[in-house]
Amino acid sequence: MAVLITILSSTMRVFAGLGLATVISICLGVAIRYFRLIEHLTLPTITLLAPVSPVAWLPVAIFLFGIGNGPAIFMVFVALFFHMILATITQIDGVNRNYINVARTMGASKWQIYRRVILPAILPGLLVVLRFNLFGAWMVVLIAEATGVGFGLGQVIMMARNTFNPSLVFFTIVIIGLLGFGCDFLLRQIQRRILYWLPNRTAGLADV
Amino acid sequence: MSEPAICCRGVGKVWAAGTERAHEALRGIDLIVEDGEFVVVLGPSGCGKSTLLYLIAGLEETSAGEIAAHGVPVTGPAPDRSLIFQETSLFPWLSVWQNVSFGLSLRGVGKAEQREISRQVLFRTGLAETFDKRPHELSGGMRQRVAVARALAMRPKVLLMDEPFAALDVQTRAKMQGFLLDVWRESGASVIFVTHHIDEAMALADRVVVCTARPGRIKDIVTIDRPRPRDPFASEAVALRRKLTELLSAEVDRAFAEQENVAIA
Repeated sequence: MAVLITILSSTMRVFAGLGLATVISICLGVAIRYFRLIEHLTLPTITLLAPVSPVAWLPVAIFLFGIGNGPAIFMVFVALFFHMILATITQIDGVNRNYINVARTMGASKWQIYRRVILPAILPGLLVVLRFNLFGAWMVVLIAEATGVGFGLGQVIMMARNTFNPSLVFFTIVIIGLLGFGCDFLLRQIQRRILYWLPNRTAGLADV
Repeated sequence: MSEPAICCRGVGKVWAAGTERAHEALRGIDLIVEDGEFVVVLGPSGCGKSTLLYLIAGLEETSAGEIAAHGVPVTGPAPDRSLIFQETSLFPWLSVWQNVSFGLSLRGVGKAEQREISRQVLFRTGLAETFDKRPHELSGGMRQRVAVARALAMRPKVLLMDEPFAALDVQTRAKMQGFLLDVWRESGASVIFVTHHIDEAMALADRVVVCTARPGRIKDIVTIDRPRPRDPFASEAVALRRKLTELLSAEVDRAFAEQENVAIA
């Protein structure tokens, strides 16, 4: 039971952080390309903060959210957010010009081009980004939990370390590995559903 | 209708104007395309013939001169001037019929009507059985036919084609030319077709516009008034091929010489 609660709480933090980072970064990334003003207001700051290690955010997380789920989720969020924004922008810039030109010759407005062409065109790339960041999220959540959130897999590792219990360390490592693998599998299934138009073999990795 | 389908007067285009990388793609293009005419623009690679199509389509702005479509100045893209690209430009996330009706859906045409128009256009272009397929399930030639069907669904007055068959094998290409001629005759649209392929130009064109190497200018305009389908081995065809080859090879030589100069400098 205790194992289950531990696993669930870590998983929940991973997904909460990943979900928040995904939604906000995609929205902001698209907005940056759509509105020049937003680009000028936010992009320099984002590029400035992107190389900062998530560990550096740890004190900030604790100032802001104290102890509990809050800082752990914030850590996951902050570790992924900046990279995902930059990835979204790169994806948008990489959209085949022909797609956009076809839509333009048919009289599409800017909004229609974004909604009907750019969004579906960047989706495969975004899902690949999401898969890579899922692993990142699992790495960060341990660091966050190790600092005293109360429970979670990171706490277990810290406890094992403090009690010189290597078998517990490796047991936890195996659990994390399995969880990461399971999450990735889940995401691949979702990917296959959403990206129905890609041939299965290359799902997500083919350039569109 | 007295106004020509497309009228270019002194059209020029400089890419990246005002920067170090500025280069002139087109200069002083005067070209009139009548309603229902099939014009092929023939030129060496990189002579700006694609640029001309982009300008006529309204996707890029001219640096000099002006372009009018049916007497109305071109200021931006319009659905009655459809551009068909060399590479596949079908949206892979849409089925064939959704691709064909994409332009209609932008205008807010109802779903049922979109399906109906797609069905008709696909039937007319001999693609009825691809209706529910996805682009990746089709061969290269089929995809280009769907791209043509998609353009036709907009009832264009002018079809602009940028080396649409260049990526296809020779046999498919010959078939596609026949297909295009059928479509052209039936739709009554004017066609401006860009290619570097002399045989293609001879099979298709009412008039062949031969372009010079960069910056692209019109070197000569050759009228072909033989009935289609044309025998590529008839004696007039051989003479014509020789003439076009000579016109073109001089430009290819010039283009190569220029590239070598750039490489040495």
